[in-house]
Parts: sequence; C-alpha cells; structure tokens
Amino acid sequence: MNAFFEALILQAGYNAALVAVGAALLGFAAGSSGTFLFLRKRALVSDAVAHATLPGVALAFMLMVALGGDGRNLIGLLAGSAITAWIGLLLIEWISRRTRLAEDAAIGAVLGVFFGVGIVLLTIVQSMSAGRQAGLESFLLGSTAGMLFQDAVVIAVGGSLAVFATWLMRRPMTLVAFDSEYAAAMGYNVRRIDLLMMGLVLAVTVIGLKLVGLILIVAMLIIPAVTARFWTDRSGRVIWIAGTIGGLSGYLGAVLSASAPALPTGPIIVLVAAALFVLSLLLAPRRGVLAAVLRHRRFQRRVHRRQGLLALAARHAIRETYTLRLLTKEGLVRPDGVPTDIGRAQAAKVARDERRWDVAREIHQDAGLTGRYDGLTPIEEVFTADEIAEFDRRLGPPVAVGGA
Amino acid sequence: MTTTQQPIVAAQDGRATRPAAVPTGAPLAVRGVTVSYGEKPAVFSVDATFPAEAMSAIIGPNGAGKSTLLKAALGVIPRLSGEVYVFGQPVEKARERIAYVPQRASVDWDFPTTVMDVVQMGLYRKVGLLGRLSGQMAARARDCLDRVGMADFSHRQIGQLSGGQQQRVFLARALAQDADLYLLDEPFAGVDAATERAIIDVLKLLKAEGKAVVAVHHDLSTVSDYFDHVFLINVRRIAEGPVSDTFTTGNLQATYGGRLAATHLDELPVAGGV
Ligand SMILES: Nc1ncnc2c1ncn2[C@@H]1O[C@H](COP(=O)(O)OP(=O)(O)OP(=O)(O)O)[C@@H](O)[C@H]1O
Ligand SMILES: [Mg+2]
Repeated sequence: MNAFFEALILQAGYNAALVAVGAALLGFAAGSSGTFLFLRKRALVSDAVAHATLPGVALAFMLMVALGGDGRNLIGLLAGSAITAWIGLLLIEWISRRTRLAEDAAIGAVLGVFFGVGIVLLTIVQSMSAGRQAGLESFLLGSTAGMLFQDAVVIAVGGSLAVFATWLMRRPMTLVAFDSEYAAAMGYNVRRIDLLMMGLVLAVTVIGLKLVGLILIVAMLIIPAVTARFWTDRSGRVIWIAGTIGGLSGYLGAVLSASAPALPTGPIIVLVAAALFVLSLLLAPRRGVLAAVLRHRRFQRRVHRRQGLLALAARHAIRETYTLRLLTKEGLVRPDGVPTDIGRAQAAKVARDERRWDVAREIHQDAGLTGRYDGLTPIEEVFTADEIAEFDRRLGPPVAVGGA
Repeated sequence: MTTTQQPIVAAQDGRATRPAAVPTGAPLAVRGVTVSYGEKPAVFSVDATFPAEAMSAIIGPNGAGKSTLLKAALGVIPRLSGEVYVFGQPVEKARERIAYVPQRASVDWDFPTTVMDVVQMGLYRKVGLLGRLSGQMAARARDCLDRVGMADFSHRQIGQLSGGQQQRVFLARALAQDADLYLLDEPFAGVDAATERAIIDVLKLLKAEGKAVVAVHHDLSTVSDYFDHVFLINVRRIAEGPVSDTFTTGNLQATYGGRLAATHLDELPVAGGV
C-alpha cells in the first residue's frame, strides 16, 4: 500500500514518475481523439490499423541496421510503424469502397495479413546477428522498463498535437459522425475528414506503441469515450470528459503497476479504464443503470399512487396489491381498503384536478399547454393560480369523497 | 424571372423535346443528369429548371428517383453525366447557398447531441473552424427552432423526440443555414395536420423573402394549394412548368402509369382535363 502512495505522488523513483506522467498524457490524448472514433463507429478500423504497425516496426529496424545503426532509434521505429499503418488504413478504405466486400471483411483481412507479416518479420529480426533487437517484441503489449525522457517527450508533443487537432476539427468531425450525408450536402469532404480523424487516431496509436503496445491501444481510444457518454448528452463535452477519464486511467494504471513488481503497465491501464467504465455504467446520474432503476421505481410509485387515489374518488375497490400497499403505507387507506380522512381529502383533490384539466382543455383549445397533461404533472406546475381559480369558478363548489 | 415556363413534355421515346439549354441564373438548373446505382439508372438524362421566388414540387411515384435527383443536385452522390447549376454557378461553387432537409435523416439517434446542437450544425459553415458560436448565432438558432414550434425542446437529446418532431428539428437546421435555395425531401411525411400547416407557413415565408423552395411532395391533393411550379418525374422527366397548366390529369397519368386509377385522378383539383 505504501508503495502505491509513493508512486501516486510520483516519489517511487525517476522511471516510475516518468511512466506515470507519460501514461497520463497518452491517456488524455487517446481519450479525446478517440471520441470521434467511437462516435463514427470506427473502433475496429482502428484496431486493424494498430495491428498494421507491427511490420513497420520490424522493417524500420531492419533498414536502420542495414544502414549501420543498432536499429533502436525511436523516431525511426515509430515512423516505420506509421507508414505501414497508413497503408493498412488506405487498403481498408479502398477495399470497402471499390470492391463488393463489406468493411468488416476488409478490416479482418488487413488486420490478419499485416499482423501475420509483422510476426514473421519479427522472427527474422530475432535471428539477425547485427543490431540490438532485444525487447523489440515489447511493442506488442508495451513495456515501461526502458522508458526514457525522450519517450515522454514524444508522447507529450505528439499527444498535444493530436488533442489540438481534435479540438480544431471538432465541428466537421461531429457533423460527419452524426449525419455524413448532410455534411456532404454542406460541402464538407467527408472522405477527407474521415481520413483526418483516422490519421489522428493513428498518430496516438504510434506514440502509444511503446508504453501500451499495439494490441491494447484500441481500448485506450474507445473505453474513455464510451465511459464519457454516460455523463453527458453533448458531443463537445464527451471529448474533454473522455480525455480526463483517459488521463486518469493512464496515471492510476501506471501508479498501480509501479507499486508491485511484475505488473504489466498497459493491461493495468486498460483495466483501470474498464473499472471506470463499469462505475459509470452503474452510477452515472441520468444514463446509469442504477439511476434508471430508481427513476423507474419512483415513476411507477407515482402512477400507482395517482391511480389509487382516482379509484378512491370514484369509489372503486383497489384491486392491485402494490397500489393498496402503497396507499396503506402512506396512511391514505386502511389495510381493508377503506380510505382514511387524509386519503379522502387527497382523492378529492386528485379528482378535482382531473376535472380542472377537462375545463382547461375546453378553454385552452390551442394553447399547447393542455398538451402537457400526462396524468402525473401537478396542475399547479402548468397553470397559474389565477387560471386555476378560473377553472374552479366554472366547475362550481368542490365535491367531497364519501366513505366506503 | 429568367426562365421560360412553358410546360415541356418528354417525347415518348424518352428523349426530351428540348435540347439542354445553357444554364440560366435560375436557383436550380439540372442539365442532362443521369445517376445510377449499379447498372440501372435511377434518374436518366434529366433536365429541370426551378424558378426563383417560388415553391416547386417534385412529384412522382415511389422509386421514381426524386430523392436521387435532389442528392445529385447537391452533389452528395456522384453523377454519371450531366451538370447542375445553382444560381448560374456550378453547384460545387454555390454550396453555401443551398440548405437541405433529407427524407429520413439516417443518423444515429443515440448520438450525444441536443436539439439545439443539431440546429447549430446549420451554422457550422458560417462559423468556420476557429470561430465561436456567438450569442447572436445562438439567438438565430433559437429563433429557427421557434419558427418550427420546437423551442420548448431545445435541451432534449435528439433521440427523445417523435418522428414528426425530429423532422421539424432538421427543418430548423436548414433554416439556420440562411440559404437562398431550400431542397426538402418530403417535408410533410409523417407529420400531423397542424405541423404541416406550420411547416407550410414557414416555407411560404421563405418564398416571400425571395428564396426558392423545392420540395419532394406526395400528396397530390395539396399540390395546387402549396406550390407554384411542378416537376413530374419517373426516372425521366415527364413534365415541368407552372402548376396551373402542368399539373394535369394527362401528365399525372404519364407519371404514375396505370397506378393511379382514372376515378382517383378525377377527384384531384388538377388543372384542365385530359
Ligand atoms: N443506395 C441505393 N442503392 C441502390 N439503389 C438505390 C439506392 N437508393 C435508391 N435506389 C434505387 O433508385 C431508385 C430511385 O430511388 P429514390 O430514393 O430516388 O426514389 P424516390 O423517388 O425518392 O422514392 P420515394 O418516393 O420512395 O422516396 C429506386 O429504384 C431505388 O430502388
Ligand atoms: Mg425519396
């Protein structure tokens, strides 16, 4: 536990602090730029693109060794991965546009072929005598072992650019994700905006390769946005909430994995994000499961209460046990179904409100106000006291609800 | 008005009797447009000219290519051949002057966007990438919502509306664009009588402001009430011109073929007889 708190306040050593900050920045960039990936329903394309980075890493290594280096220049490796990933992306786009294959088939084909080629190339790399290939396979699942200051800078610079571009292009990307036909009608080049959006995602994928690895990066792009969706109904806010959730997961995940030996960082970050997702799914105030259940319960109670009171007013027997139990608990009827004095008074009020509504519908023919009748909204919330007094004047004196 | 408004009836072999004319300054001029999904043309070699300061109806049976014609005019789907001119300019150069309301917006109804956000989308072109949505623009969006009677719903998530209400929101989005040419694909589909009235009032106001309105319309009984100009289509152009002399039983029969019984046609307030 102590190790956890030390890591939390960045006191667990230089490397751990570097990893935590890098993971937080990467998480923020991935969360915010992944928002449109989620809204445009392109998560699987991004997964294929991430897998298509592998041959690029291996080829860049080979090329750099052939040119006399040790093959471990980070920028060189990332550039190689970006190139093959971009080719993979264009290929998916071309296949689904120009052939009769559906996009999912194109995604499957590109993912499989590129990843397969990548693994083969990686095997060849391992058997090469020149170069410093140890640890190259950590691009699959990410690693924090050799995190350098330079790596953190790459994440910080690349991530900021991605976030800035996401902010800048938020309107066209929102429009394309929501209604691409209308975007086209307005003169936006939908294909170019889609490519740009995927380009941003690709950039985040590439800078996140070393830390999180190509297999799990799609989770960092998608989970924060899906989680953020529980907290707002506005796409502009999804971007920043997703960024925050991503950043938080990155930081907490890195801290957790630093606080115990041999906890893999990438997977832990993804698990933290998943935990935040589950919490939001359950607890979010409007869209959460719990809130929905409570809201439904409360609504059901109001409906039954009102129906019960209307039955009392009409002197019908209350047949539903739930309604009876509800009214009994509130002291409106006795357990045998006979209304109490309070019950009678409230039933009279409810019955009167119904008749007031009838009058309202007559005199407010086209006011639109009467359209707000739903059997539950108190009439006082819709009409002013003066208006209600006017209804009462037309209705005549109140009628009491008699006993059973 | 710059266009001649003679009713033009296509020859029986499918070729238009008039050669494609040079583009005029008309709000929308379509010249020899063919669009095809796969190998079967949905719209074949169509010429059409829609006049200024008027409400025009595009009329034809299901599958006649009405939506396709609108989308081709907007450049949303590629044309196999032909040209589209908007106020005398190629459509690609005049996009800002067109507003469009799709037939059934194929959007994700669970998208995180409110009614107000959707209407503001109509302003995106004006605001640009960096601009802020100023208070003035927000007020404009609110005003457009008000004109279609949806002001009370501005904070609702877009999926939490009925179909007719959604249709009105998309109309408000088009109004927000403040365009000169409005292309509407079945604006009255699935709306109640009161809403239809409200929408037609909005459209008539646009016309009074000097704008051109082109709407795909199915209800033949209201054509002469609502519209000044009609364009009859069934893959090919059948006829076009002022309602008073183009909306005739003969032209309708040519458009709908045997699908409209003669007795049915008799009940319509059409111009002239056969
Ligand atoms: N995306 C598509 N792919 C293939 N065929 C299509 C597509 N959209 C339309 N079509 C075909 O093109 C023809 C014209 O369609 P369109 O939607 O333009 O008709 P419409 O006149 O608008 O009909 P409606 O009154 O039903 O709206 C139809 O035969 C239709 O089957
Ligand atoms: Mg249509």
